[in-house]
Amino acid sequence: MSALLDTATVVLVSVGALLFLAGALGLLRFPDTLSRLHAISKADNLGLGLILLGLLPQSASIAGGLKLVCIWLLAQLSAATASQLLARAVHRDRTER
Amino acid sequence: MALFDLALVALLLMLALRVVVEPDERSAIITFLAFGLLLGLAWVRLAAPDVALTEIAIGGGVTGILLLRAEAALRGRGKQAEPATRTGKLAVAAGSAAISAGLGFAVLTFSTPAPTLAPAAAQALPATGLGNPVTAVLLAFRALDTLLEKVVVLLALIGVWSLAPDALWGGAPDLKPAAVPGPLAYLGRVLPPFGVVIGVYMFWVGADAPGGTFQAGTVLAAMWLLVMMAGLHPPPDTTRWLLRLVLAGGPILFLAIAFLGFAFADGFLAYPKALAKPLILAIEAALTLSVAAALAMLVAGPARKAPAR
Amino acid sequence: MADFLTTAALFILAVTAIALLRVLRSRITAERMMAVQLLGTGGAAVLLLLGAASGSAAASDVALLLTLFAAFSCVAFVLGSAGQDADRTSSGEQP
Repeated sequence: MSALLDTATVVLVSVGALLFLAGALGLLRFPDTLSRLHAISKADNLGLGLILLGLLPQSASIAGGLKLVCIWLLAQLSAATASQLLARAVHRDRTER
Repeated sequence: MALFDLALVALLLMLALRVVVEPDERSAIITFLAFGLLLGLAWVRLAAPDVALTEIAIGGGVTGILLLRAEAALRGRGKQAEPATRTGKLAVAAGSAAISAGLGFAVLTFSTPAPTLAPAAAQALPATGLGNPVTAVLLAFRALDTLLEKVVVLLALIGVWSLAPDALWGGAPDLKPAAVPGPLAYLGRVLPPFGVVIGVYMFWVGADAPGGTFQAGTVLAAMWLLVMMAGLHPPPDTTRWLLRLVLAGGPILFLAIAFLGFAFADGFLAYPKALAKPLILAIEAALTLSVAAALAMLVAGPARKAPAR
Repeated sequence: MADFLTTAALFILAVTAIALLRVLRSRITAERMMAVQLLGTGGAAVLLLLGAASGSAAASDVALLLTLFAAFSCVAFVLGSAGQDADRTSSGEQP
């Protein structure tokens, strides 16, 4: 059972790490600000989610696991809204110019 | 692990250098924010999670908004001529380099093992009933420092408030932008419930695990600022007695318990042994609210509106 | 397992560092602000991986605060640019 859980952790954390890499590549390669913002906000959040999911089997207690889920919820909510705010700022700067 | 630490230090140095060489103030502030968040990671690696929490909350959160607001207020008022001459800048650079070199030298020449009071603090820990040695140092062993620190925060707030013009004295500061973007109003409604829970949690675990008054107070201050900035609830008049009670309540309770130490324990700032933990928790609770109110009002700045009569 | 988690943390730190340097070199300030967002998510991931690797519970508290304040800083940034307009109108009203 524990070998199975460890395998799940390795797979999920690896995929999460690859998503972070994808976000960074998108940031380096995409042509304009809004698509770059899109790259990091989507890929990094999904990556963080997968890593948290992968760490769940490793958490010592149920409370520890619940805290991980809470962090993910908070990250989803706040990062998505913050991206929206930044996108508005980009848009406003562009129309002013 | 060594590789990780090296990478972290290299990145920190690179960010620090960028903060200094950046010609545009706003970009320098943003880099400084990123530096503060990354420094939190470094403190975790140094096994000092208490410091990491404070660094992220203050360096990444409250200082950032303070600097960004200051920059926004100064922008567009016409750049003044560069105040420092080339030789002046060189002198400052040389002085800073000398201080850095001196600090580096001091750290490298520490006697091994470094002088430490940690065993003594750990030994006295059971007497306080606390589990977190950092909280024990802050509120029992070196309580006087903490008390004075909180009074200094209040003095700073009085300094900021006294910048208000005479006609506006006692009025409310103004934080709300002319137009509140939709996502901000949404964040102002959704984030504070999370933040208040996190703040209370930080205060509560502070007795036995990393966390404590200052971290909790900063989180609560940030959430209050968010609500005021989103225009959901206006900042209070600075003459409101409730506001002043919360601001002064922490230090007053701290002082009162400190003086009661003469009657019920060994002297000033001493706790009776049986009551040590409940008393410390009560002081921490009152201080958390005071710190939260003081930090939020410090960022909000002096009064900008005439007081309501 | 601890070795794997530490390696993953190092990998994410390296990737975040590359993205960070790219973003901080940009000429658009909003794009620089993405650095804070990057550190919010990337830093939280690194902290949680390290915490799981070393078994320290406090790392997840730090990650929680990192996530919270990364979002808060973005608000500060957006208002910093909006606050200028507010100042301009209020100073225009004064005689």
